[in-house]
Amino acid sequence: MMNPVQRTVFRSVLVLIAMFAFAFALVPLYDVFCRITGVNGKVDERAQTLVSEEVDESRYVTVQFITRSGSGLPWILDVEQRQVRVHPGQPTEINFAFTNQSGSALSGRAVPSVSPSQASRYLRKVNCFCFDEQRLEAGERVEMPLVFQLTRDLPKDVNTVTMVYTLYPVAEEKAQLQAQVAPGSGGDA
Amino acid sequence: MAPKLPPHHSLQHSSTTATAGGQVHDDHDHHPQPRGIMRWLLTTNHKEIGSLYLIFSLIMFFIGGIFALVVRAELFQPGLNLINPEFFNQMTTMHGLIMVFAAVMPAFTGLANWMIPLQIGAPDMALPRLNNFSFWLLPVAFTLLLSTLLMPGGGPNFGWTFYAPLSTTYAPPSTTFFILSLHIAGVSSILGAINIVATILNMRAPGMRMMDMPLFVWTWLITAFLLIAVMPVLAGVITMMLMDINFGTSFFDAAGGGDPVLFQHLFWFFGHPEVYIMILPAFGIVSAIIPTFARKRLFGYASMVYATASIAVLSFLVWAHHMFVVGLPLAATLFFMYTTMLIAVPTGVKVFNWITTLFRGSITFEVPMLFALAFVVLFTIGGFSGLMLAIAPADFQYHDTYFVVAHFHYVLVPGAVFSIMAAVYYWLPKWTGHYPSEILGKWHFWLSVIGVNLTFFPMHFSGLAGMPRRIPDYALQFADFNLVSSLGAFLFGFSQLIFVWVIIKCVRGGVKAPAKAWDGAEDLEWSVPSPAPLHTFETPPDFKPVQH
Repeated sequence: MMNPVQRTVFRSVLVLIAMFAFAFALVPLYDVFCRITGVNGKVDERAQTLVSEEVDESRYVTVQFITRSGSGLPWILDVEQRQVRVHPGQPTEINFAFTNQSGSALSGRAVPSVSPSQASRYLRKVNCFCFDEQRLEAGERVEMPLVFQLTRDLPKDVNTVTMVYTLYPVAEEKAQLQAQVAPGSGGDA
Repeated sequence: MAPKLPPHHSLQHSSTTATAGGQVHDDHDHHPQPRGIMRWLLTTNHKEIGSLYLIFSLIMFFIGGIFALVVRAELFQPGLNLINPEFFNQMTTMHGLIMVFAAVMPAFTGLANWMIPLQIGAPDMALPRLNNFSFWLLPVAFTLLLSTLLMPGGGPNFGWTFYAPLSTTYAPPSTTFFILSLHIAGVSSILGAINIVATILNMRAPGMRMMDMPLFVWTWLITAFLLIAVMPVLAGVITMMLMDINFGTSFFDAAGGGDPVLFQHLFWFFGHPEVYIMILPAFGIVSAIIPTFARKRLFGYASMVYATASIAVLSFLVWAHHMFVVGLPLAATLFFMYTTMLIAVPTGVKVFNWITTLFRGSITFEVPMLFALAFVVLFTIGGFSGLMLAIAPADFQYHDTYFVVAHFHYVLVPGAVFSIMAAVYYWLPKWTGHYPSEILGKWHFWLSVIGVNLTFFPMHFSGLAGMPRRIPDYALQFADFNLVSSLGAFLFGFSQLIFVWVIIKCVRGGVKAPAKAWDGAEDLEWSVPSPAPLHTFETPPDFKPVQH
């Protein structure tokens, strides 16, 4: 049997452990929350089907593409057009090209983000290079398509949607990568 | 474990007069009392541990203050004058960390150690050995933190909020030590909080119900709950940082699928309750001092308790008002804006109650009262600028400017720090048996008030004009405001030497104080002799609840 002080301490320690666990639980919860509500520009990383609907020709939306290389991956990601004007409901295909500038085979991945974040719920990607990791041989160049559609219920005040793709090295390769890239690599793309 | 009711002595508690220098025998062990340094290393007495906390926090207040003066000296004139920007960043960061975790928080814990057992009629804290441990963790933690300044690459330079990736990817190598020291300080706070909760819930004098407790005890009980709830979150965040830096995880690294904004959410989920941890005990202190010197009972005792509890609950629902510019969805922005403004309601209740307590009171202006009154006025100014910052569209302009610096310094310096000084002047007669010098105290007070306002009031204007925080150099149009701020900072800093002088003088001698040192003081601590003997309330006092 615990005395009253022990009981208070025991309960406090339970709260303590629960709150510590809660801090870590917030990491996946935050991710799920962002995905469901579309805040933070997170987009689904799986292929979605197109919604067959009539193209809304009464309005145009400007879609911009920004590609960036993150740290530690000597790749370039090119896009054939930096900006396109599309109607909501209209499927669009854009070609992207990955180039490995280093002298060795590397794995990487383009991580997508959408701005304004509320648009991410109305963006459907049928096919995207960002769904998978890429492995490129030394100096290799690979073209890959992005097929997307902005659904017609895209809020009226959204006139520009910016899609950002940032290149990152794939985690398992990290150690190997750093060892290979260090001497005389192509540097940051 | 301390029993709820210690064995009955035939002595009446008030007749146990002070025996010099800890000669009273401890019930719990039968070894002779250790002497010298070992006495302080091994002490389990709440009064001695309280004094240790207070002395430690005073030393840290000066160290953090010196860092602030380095910052203000650099900002005295435009241009890079005295120190390089890297060191400037370390100074702003260390100033914040030391003041928050090593000065204000331990000072309140020290006051809690000294006064809570006396105010509830308990013989000691519920867990005396744990109490010793939680104090001695602090010097370890902050020696470690300060030592990072001497390490290669320098100390933490990413601001006291240590946002990732500044504190992970771009951090100096000493960051791992910073994390460890914050872990140790966090453990200390948590253990202290558990001890305070266990004491307040289990060791009150017979007949003292929760709603009979002095407000300092109430506010500390709520603060301790906040500490237990949020310090583990801080521990979690810095553990994630540690793993990101050293073990290749990616909690906050977008390269591995993490999210730097998540860091801000987690940090402020801890950080906002943390700022109330630094102000709620201040409310308790002011609610003890104002009735004493107005010679009236506190107006609206119950509403004070409920207001404190509501502030604590609301503190968990407002964190993202620190992050309005990260790009929150509109619904979230509105939610956090409204909940933040809601906090003004219970805070307004408190200010109203203090003013109503003063109304038609027989007020005298002793030093503790002066500090308490300055608290009410200046804290309210800080509250108003807080309301301005809560307005999301306006915050887009104010964010990361000196306006924010002005706001949180108004609530922390003439808020939390003044309340601690008020408490020290108020309870020094109980601790030392002597009144602190009125004349020196008044000099200290007036120079501090002038210094604080000279330092922080111009920051409102430089902030509204667009001066960013955390920069070592600034555009010429801010020169005059910064000159005034720097002069005020040096005035405020050096006038704190008077405070030290007052304390030393008071410990050594002065006008003898009776048990009830202040005319209008009511709580139980004034029923024991001054200075309070090492052991008090070994027999529970005869507590008569008063009608609030």
